[in-house]
Amino acid sequence: MALTYQIDIANKSFKDDGGNQRTIISDLSITLTAGEFVTLLGPSGAGKSTLLNIVAGLDTDYQGKVKLALPYGQPARVALMFQEPRLMPWLTICDNVMLVCEGASSQRRSNALYWLQQVGLSGAEYQYPAQLSGGMLKRAALARAFACEPDILLMDEPFSSLDIPAADSLRNLLTQLWQARRTTVVYVTHDITEAITLSDRILLLSSQPMQIQEDVSLTAQRPRNPLDDELFTLSQLFKQSLADPA
Amino acid sequence: MHSHPALTRVMSMVVFILLWQAAVMLFTPELLPAPYAVLTNLMSHIDSGELPHHLAITLRRIAISFLCAMLLGSLLGLVMGHFKRLDLWLDSVMTLALNVPALVTIILCFIWFGLNETAALIAVIVNKTPNIAVTMREGARAVDKRLLDVAKAYQVPAGRTFIKVYLPQLYPYFLAAARGGLALVWKIVLVVELLGCSDGVGFQLSLFFQYFDITSVLAYTLAFACIIFALEAGVLRPWERRVLKWR
Repeated sequence: MALTYQIDIANKSFKDDGGNQRTIISDLSITLTAGEFVTLLGPSGAGKSTLLNIVAGLDTDYQGKVKLALPYGQPARVALMFQEPRLMPWLTICDNVMLVCEGASSQRRSNALYWLQQVGLSGAEYQYPAQLSGGMLKRAALARAFACEPDILLMDEPFSSLDIPAADSLRNLLTQLWQARRTTVVYVTHDITEAITLSDRILLLSSQPMQIQEDVSLTAQRPRNPLDDELFTLSQLFKQSLADPA
Repeated sequence: MHSHPALTRVMSMVVFILLWQAAVMLFTPELLPAPYAVLTNLMSHIDSGELPHHLAITLRRIAISFLCAMLLGSLLGLVMGHFKRLDLWLDSVMTLALNVPALVTIILCFIWFGLNETAALIAVIVNKTPNIAVTMREGARAVDKRLLDVAKAYQVPAGRTFIKVYLPQLYPYFLAAARGGLALVWKIVLVVELLGCSDGVGFQLSLFFQYFDITSVLAYTLAFACIIFALEAGVLRPWERRVLKWR
């Protein structure tokens, strides 16, 4: 049987500014199969980021259980790529990546340099984040996410702030890295085309409280063209569901 | 014209000394000796060994009280910055401590602990700690939680998180506290020595005051200012450059 990870959230709510209790997530259950690329597709404000923060262990104020364990019970290693690059401005790009690596210092350095080369940042290793462009910072954040060798990689709309060509090239890069490494990815987005281009499986989410509306598996070969008949039909379907939630 | 900042600094000192000399030559005041007279006086004080002796004692007091105040103030400030309830409890005490005149603390310390070295050091530390604590509290409040979240999400070990993610956010505040601290500590140390010590620069100045020896007062001031200047240029500024390189 394939390794799976289980996310069960019975209730996640918070007090809004008016002091009212608002439920964001209730009775949500997601099973992830190791090695698959799962996208959570839903409208902005549905609570997707909240869900990722819970899975990443940043938000512990919820009812439910997140079980991310490897076969012998040790906890799975999790990485989270944020919407912004969130690099430490006082560390060089290389030191930023080294920060999250494990092992001896020399091993961490060679690991960091390897991943920086993989994302095409050779030559910029010893620069500070303030010296790099937005696209390069995203690449550095992507290198950091892969460098810690995660079992589960959580990505929170990582390319949403980039211009279209830069975002496209980063998505291609992500697909390449993921195909080579086959880590489990949970990718959050509100962009239908992005979801269809990247994923093995798409969970279409409704908002308030968050619920899984549809669970669709995609088998099309990569690299994908979102204008292919099959994919295009699917995207039209998603567009309708998002515009007119059942 | 002078694009080099170090040169500009030196030039401003030269202009100041020239103005001083000009004032002496124009008005021949009885109570203001010429720069040259101060310099020869300084040399004789150094040659006799008396100035190095008292200067060393004063510098030792500055070093000890500065380090203690930095340590205590940083701890207090960081704790207050991170724990709201404690901050609320200590805030008014802090405001009080900030506004008690240095002279009052000094007198009380000498009365309570006697005219000794410990009392002198405590007086300086008590005076300075609140200022440092206030600066460090600002630093603790400004710590970016989103960057700490990065370390948490990637399960970065606690020690590494502290050194690479937490502390660097405080460096600018450490620097500001150290700068302001040094400037204030050495002034307070002199007052403490004037009031209750039998050695040190402050004690010497009080003697010169009694003899109306203005030249010696200025000579000691000059020696002292040079050392503080050297500390600022030789230690604090290079440290700042190193720590804030990424900007």
